[in-house]
Amino acid sequence: MASRYDAIVVGAGHNGLVCSALLARAGKNVLVLEANEQVGGAAVTREFADGYSVSACAHLLYQLQPEVRKELKLSPRLASEDMTTIALSQDGKHLRITADEVVGASDEDAEQYRRFRKRMTRFADLLRKYLNRRPPRLGTKDFKDLVTLGQLGLDLRMLGKDEMQEFLRLIGMNIHDELTERFRNPLLKGAISLDAVLGTHLGPRSPNTIMTYLYRLAGNHGRAGAPHGGMGSVSEELAQAARSAGATIRTKMPVKRILIENGRATGVETEAGERFDSYTVISNADPKRTMMELVGARHAETGFTRRIHHLRSRGNAAKLHLALDGLPRIEGLAKKDFAERLVIAPDEHYVERAFNPAKYGQSSPEPVVELTFPSFRDESLAPTGKHVMSAIVQYAPYALQGGWSDGAREAFTLAVIGTIAKYAPDIEQRISASELLTPADIEREFHITGGHWHHGELTLDQFLFVRPVSGAAQYRMPVDGVYLCGAGTHPGGGVSGAAGRNAARTILSREKAA
Amino acid sequence: MKNQPVHQGRLKSPFHSRIAQLDTVNEWHQWKGYSSADSLYCEDTEYFAIRNSTAVFDLTPMTKYRITGPDALDYLNRLVTRDMTKIRPGRVAYAVWCDDQGQVIDDGTIFHLREGEYRLCSQERHFAWLQAAAIGFDVTVTHETEDIAALAVQGPTSFSVLNKMGLAGLDELKPFGLTHFDFQGTELMVSRTGFTGDLGYELWIDPDKAEALWDALFEAGELFGIRAIGTHALEMARIEAGFLAAYMEFLPADETVRTGRSRSPLELGLEWLVDFKKPNFNGRRALAEEKRNGSTWQLVKLDIEGNKPAHNSYIFDNARASRDNIGFTTSAAWSPVCKQNIALGTVRAPHGKPGDTVWVEIYYQREMHWNRNMARATVVDKAFWFPPRRGATPPGPY
Repeated sequence: MASRYDAIVVGAGHNGLVCSALLARAGKNVLVLEANEQVGGAAVTREFADGYSVSACAHLLYQLQPEVRKELKLSPRLASEDMTTIALSQDGKHLRITADEVVGASDEDAEQYRRFRKRMTRFADLLRKYLNRRPPRLGTKDFKDLVTLGQLGLDLRMLGKDEMQEFLRLIGMNIHDELTERFRNPLLKGAISLDAVLGTHLGPRSPNTIMTYLYRLAGNHGRAGAPHGGMGSVSEELAQAARSAGATIRTKMPVKRILIENGRATGVETEAGERFDSYTVISNADPKRTMMELVGARHAETGFTRRIHHLRSRGNAAKLHLALDGLPRIEGLAKKDFAERLVIAPDEHYVERAFNPAKYGQSSPEPVVELTFPSFRDESLAPTGKHVMSAIVQYAPYALQGGWSDGAREAFTLAVIGTIAKYAPDIEQRISASELLTPADIEREFHITGGHWHHGELTLDQFLFVRPVSGAAQYRMPVDGVYLCGAGTHPGGGVSGAAGRNAARTILSREKAA
Repeated sequence: MKNQPVHQGRLKSPFHSRIAQLDTVNEWHQWKGYSSADSLYCEDTEYFAIRNSTAVFDLTPMTKYRITGPDALDYLNRLVTRDMTKIRPGRVAYAVWCDDQGQVIDDGTIFHLREGEYRLCSQERHFAWLQAAAIGFDVTVTHETEDIAALAVQGPTSFSVLNKMGLAGLDELKPFGLTHFDFQGTELMVSRTGFTGDLGYELWIDPDKAEALWDALFEAGELFGIRAIGTHALEMARIEAGFLAAYMEFLPADETVRTGRSRSPLELGLEWLVDFKKPNFNGRRALAEEKRNGSTWQLVKLDIEGNKPAHNSYIFDNARASRDNIGFTTSAAWSPVCKQNIALGTVRAPHGKPGDTVWVEIYYQREMHWNRNMARATVVDKAFWFPPRRGATPPGPY
């Protein structure tokens, strides 16, 4: 006799946990099934070498939505807060960039940066308002959708005529053009370029990179923090919130398929053949995996499955983890600076050049790197006196030509370490262990198609009304009882919880209406 | 991948040499890249071959796809609106397929050749759609239009002709059945299908044997009034049978630009082909909603007074045309065999119920001058032409 639940959530990623916690709080009997041993999906802390732990994928928290924090009474403990971005320079004259100012650039650049940030923040705030709502549908008579659409139009207009025009001009544009118009300092241009393209298959000259930059800012004005205990602690806290609200979370329970009978969801079946019944199945998995593997194309219509099939979701960001005997020496950096966020993107052309080979399925010989030393402020992550380095590295295309063989992995690891060594010459002597996670590894270990951290490229053609694709943009799949709640849905990736919260609210309000 | 030469200019059907030999009027049109005869002698003579003896029409340009693989049945069952599990090997199904909005892309016939092996035939080409529909299915879709030569052999004496040709046991073949014969060492497939609404067969063979098949057929048919025909004669028979044609009764949904210019199967009188008991098929959600809320359009078969064909006519609900039209005709003809002025048309629902009277505005020219005639028309339910022999098994010798 299978057990019946009000809702089953497939995958305990952070969005799945937020969604299940909110549903459980509304009195639903919720079951969460997670394939891996740990909850959190890509937001986990893992030991990668004896005594050394690190956030396996996402390592900085900058988007967790205040609404999610408030509703679930979360208070993640942060090891570092409001981190400064230090754009590394080989001559030691680094640039320090915060949300409000830049130190180390000319007065003119500093002034331009203030103006740039002011405008971007204003636009990002507009965007933020819509991150936490169900995206409206176009061509509908639904009252709520019409109100949201009307509000969106009104909010745009309320920017004022000039600013609205600027918004509409900039939103589809590439970041490179905007940066070269405003700034002189190459480090500044490089660092902002990196912010705009991190986690995407885009270079700074690709259209749409102002949108991705705004998305980053929309979280918390881009202020990043490093959670104590790694990102896994945030997931643990979320899981705790879900459990205390009454949800059941079971790990090491990979779901084989979502059961569809007579055109509607009736439950799930695990790899082990266990069956759980529910008329509401919410998938935290990416849209492609949900449709093609869990549900099956035969249960949806051709136009829809074609759109899902063509969803662009090839990851390009790799993670490199190093276990270090001690902190490396970086010229011009004070010891306390190791608590900050270090970036290697010496100029805007460097970032685009790093992207070039990725267009042809090759990894960057000189990658762009976002570096953190999470153990600097958090001793739980490494043995005393020793450290871990957590780096996001681009570009490492998912579909590497010839595949991610041992040779290819080693070559890319060496390229990254070689790049870091230009700034920290003694890093190589300090390494006692390393781990590289390519998008292919991320796909395998975290079950994300293409290993893309947004579960689908975050571009205008896959945004808002059409995220992941039209016909599923309101968290509902066109198969009765099947919902999405992951990063592949509006608004997108990053540890924000917005998608999970929006999905839960949609499901609850549909129930109320029914 | 091997490079294949691209055809330049018109393709010639493997029957072209024989058709060209019989042709007296040199009137051709292009059908999906092939030269296809409008008529060979005179369309009336050819039409009467369909209705009174045996007409042979070259079907080769019709689009053909082979659908194979373990998921072939599931694939087709999602593709089309009717239940394909009921179509056993050796049977043929008329089917219609829709996009996600429940709008008709095309109609055609699906031949269940052997267990799990199908052929889909239609007027238009649909490779892109069929490929998209294959995503997530273990199925192979192969375009095989050029690999198969096909003839329609239609008319009251068609059985006798084929029987004379030596196709023993053909009398057992029921409508929408198919069977295989040996023809000079090559497999000849015969299906009891057609586009004339009469007793008739379609013959399918390797193009290398096309001419030999033609010769054998015409030799056997000599005393049964066999005659090659062109598209114009077939078109008259098609309208009498009440069959739909793409670009006439509907536009393929993927070809329409303006909303409201496509049609759903419900609007085309094909509800009998839509099986809502199937949990999923392309267009199901939209069609279920249309069924609840009512359709916008209704296909009608019109029996019109007078003898002037109602080509391109507006349809009104009153003789004075005092209000806006309710629709228009899509195909029209004077039917010699029914002695009726007939048309197919599309009107706004709820107009167009069987038995309704509507008015058709017919313009016709007489010695340069145009005349206008408001003709009374009755909406009829059944095909204009449906002789008992069409459904009889055995069909009997004529």
